[in-house]
Amino acid sequence: MGIEDKVPAGVLLTTVEYVAGYSRLHSVWPATFGLACCAIEMMAVGTPDYDISRFGMEYFQATPRTADLMVVAGRVSQKMAPVLRQVYDQMSEPKWVISMGVCASSGGMFNNYAIVQGVDHVVPVDIYLPGCPPRPEMFLNACVALHEQIQAIPLGVNRVTAARAAEAAAMAATPTHRMKGLLA
Amino acid sequence: MSNAGENDNVPAAPGANPDPVVMGSRLGMFGVSDGGDTSGYGGLVAHVLFPAAAVRPYGGYFDEIADHLERALVGGSASYAQAIERVVVDRGEMTIFVAREHILGVARALRDDPMLRFEMCLGVSGVHYPQETGRELHAVYHLLSITNGGRRVRLEVTCPDDDRHIPSIVEVYPANDWNERETWDFFGIVFDGHPALTRMFMPDDWQGHPQRKDYPLGGIPVEYKGATVPPPDERRKYS
Amino acid sequence: MTEETRDIYATSEADAKDAEGAHVYDAVGGDWDAIVDEASSLHEERIVVNMGPQHPSSHGVLRMILELDGESVTEAKVGVGYLHTGIEKSMEFRTWTQGVTFCTRMDYLTPLFNETAYCLAVEKLLGITDQIPERASIIRVLLMELNRIGSHLVALATGGMEIGATTIMTIGFRERERILAIFEMITGLRMNHGYIRPGGVAQALPPGAIDKVHDAIPLIRRGIGELEKLLNENPLVKGRMVNVGYLDLTGCMALGVTGPMLRTTGLPHDLRKSDPYCGYENYEFDVPVRDTCDAYGRMRVRFDEMYESLKIAEQAADKLQKTPGPVMVEDKKIAWPAQLAIGTDGMGNSLDHIREIMGTSMESLIHHFKLVTEGFRVPPGQAYAAVESPKGELGVHVVSDGGTRPYRAHFREPSFNNLQSFSALCEGGQLGDVVVAVASIDPVMGGVDR
Repeated sequence: MGIEDKVPAGVLLTTVEYVAGYSRLHSVWPATFGLACCAIEMMAVGTPDYDISRFGMEYFQATPRTADLMVVAGRVSQKMAPVLRQVYDQMSEPKWVISMGVCASSGGMFNNYAIVQGVDHVVPVDIYLPGCPPRPEMFLNACVALHEQIQAIPLGVNRVTAARAAEAAAMAATPTHRMKGLLA
Repeated sequence: MSNAGENDNVPAAPGANPDPVVMGSRLGMFGVSDGGDTSGYGGLVAHVLFPAAAVRPYGGYFDEIADHLERALVGGSASYAQAIERVVVDRGEMTIFVAREHILGVARALRDDPMLRFEMCLGVSGVHYPQETGRELHAVYHLLSITNGGRRVRLEVTCPDDDRHIPSIVEVYPANDWNERETWDFFGIVFDGHPALTRMFMPDDWQGHPQRKDYPLGGIPVEYKGATVPPPDERRKYS
Repeated sequence: MTEETRDIYATSEADAKDAEGAHVYDAVGGDWDAIVDEASSLHEERIVVNMGPQHPSSHGVLRMILELDGESVTEAKVGVGYLHTGIEKSMEFRTWTQGVTFCTRMDYLTPLFNETAYCLAVEKLLGITDQIPERASIIRVLLMELNRIGSHLVALATGGMEIGATTIMTIGFRERERILAIFEMITGLRMNHGYIRPGGVAQALPPGAIDKVHDAIPLIRRGIGELEKLLNENPLVKGRMVNVGYLDLTGCMALGVTGPMLRTTGLPHDLRKSDPYCGYENYEFDVPVRDTCDAYGRMRVRFDEMYESLKIAEQAADKLQKTPGPVMVEDKKIAWPAQLAIGTDGMGNSLDHIREIMGTSMESLIHHFKLVTEGFRVPPGQAYAAVESPKGELGVHVVSDGGTRPYRAHFREPSFNNLQSFSALCEGGQLGDVVVAVASIDPVMGGVDR
């Protein structure tokens, strides 16, 4: 990507990672993608009672080009899914997705022909936030969790190592349909 | 509706009043349809009985509506007897079943006649009764008269499944424009004379009409750590 | 736009030969008249602009297809369906009581109105409209009026945000939070409560709820006053909203528009007065009316309606203190057995209720079991019930085939029918007026698309 890819692993790279993560997480600008009821709770987070501005996130970007975070707030219908994908594609890297609410995370209570059963069928999701709708405090919790994820993003050589490790773990892990939980 | 002068506790003699309309039937008990019903009630046939045609006097302002409508239709394209199939008064509401060829004339009479003046049409609702052969698709119009003190009436028009055409009443009630598009989208009823009958809610290239009873709900089974919850239309039902 | 001209700047024969066959564009502007004439003769070239479905000012997932001639809108069409959820079909596969949780999410800013309209229709089908306890009706009225205030606050707040006035949004949502706190105390949720069930309401008011309502009402009144001071005589607001989005009485009647849009044309039509339900005839309130037929009038009507709703909420809270009693219908074959209590881990079954159904009364156990798994059966037929929601007449047409599930539940959503007037409001106006006009219609796309 840039100069950070050329930095050798070690103290210098971790410092660069720390600074990059720190500056990224403190001004994550969301794109306006409120769809349904969760959008109202997302709007409520922007208001003084819950105040997303203290995280530097109150600047909702109308254009996806300058947005960092897409909060899919609400149920995604079959007609809306291509629009969702196009807006996600128009966002520039680095970008993150929070699927807010159960409808965005898994289709929620609407298990039918009209709703995409989970927005991760369309875009890769970083944080799943359950709730119908999730309270504004829950949304802020999701933002804080996202910030922790952003702070921990590896760069350069570390990124390659981390990606290889994640792939190896995924190959060795139990597939979801074989996870039996307490029923085994 | 009881025999005046006679013992009022005795129901009317059979055939004296119109019979309830059979709109379908339920077989067996507990909603079980795939065998495995060992209750002994498997041979039960319970008919779904919708309210019968009402007998005059209807009560309330319904009689006035019927009389004025009869008068307003005189000299039009069809008389009251030709256009109106039956009138049902049930649960404080009046439903007029109109033959589909004459819905436009009836709607115009209801809107224009000063004693009726149903100036507001609150939309079309489609209902699909697959068991009522020959009259599967119903389009239900609700009308409101603000001038005449908030009176309400319901018009119901039926059409068979193999000939899904109902004349559009958009020229009388432009408010019905989007509602007719919605009913076309969800039930497949083609409203003849509609200015632009296109899909309303589903994507333009969607196949099928979702709210018909033969269209699946389309859910997926939900899996969680070994247990599977079937989609809502495949779960156990009791009716 | 290209015209092959001779090279008038060639200084020598050789240069002129060089330019032969080449396009020479005169950049000084000498042929500007020719260009303008040509452009104005091309009437077909209008820009078709797509506003939405993802747009900060389009009031939800609304797609507006506008044909623009500069800033003027020559044709305006609306594409809806981007939030279609199939709620009506989903309700056909759930019991009558579970239908409440589905219909609540249609118009998500007025969930209690959706629930009440649906429950009134189901109660009509059941024939128990007279048996609903008075306390349940008063609670319904209280919650509905508070919801009306909340919905109007969001309408004004998002309308203000869409025209660029973000302070309106922060103040409006601040007042709405007071109302949501009351809802959370009574129903357990801030939004999309499944509280109003067929037969009454889900559970009794917790202690302290009425005091909370009494405390909140003067604060909300003061907050609405703040909003009014900011908006009513504001020259910017007036400049953007007066004579914008004009729809007179004929237009409203023809297009089936109800609600504040209709009351701005001068007609005082309100279902709470003309066709009272839930005991509305026992409350004293006025129906605010304006006759300017424009977006500014609609804003003023919404403010006036909020004050009237506060009046009704106060009366309802006073009545609640004088009307003890059950909150669910007597008939145990219909009444939802939700006796809940606040336990150590949140909310759960009341131990008294469990003691009763497990130890004392077999019938209670059977009723509880049958009602929760199978649900009650509704006699066959159809019914229509309408309430006056903040957007207009919200009607529910329910058809039952005698079973435990709705055979068909259709919602006549006011936002859907009001949004039909979009073309009438916007064509001929400016692009900026489109945003104001849509904000004054106040469509909630969950209701439009269902």
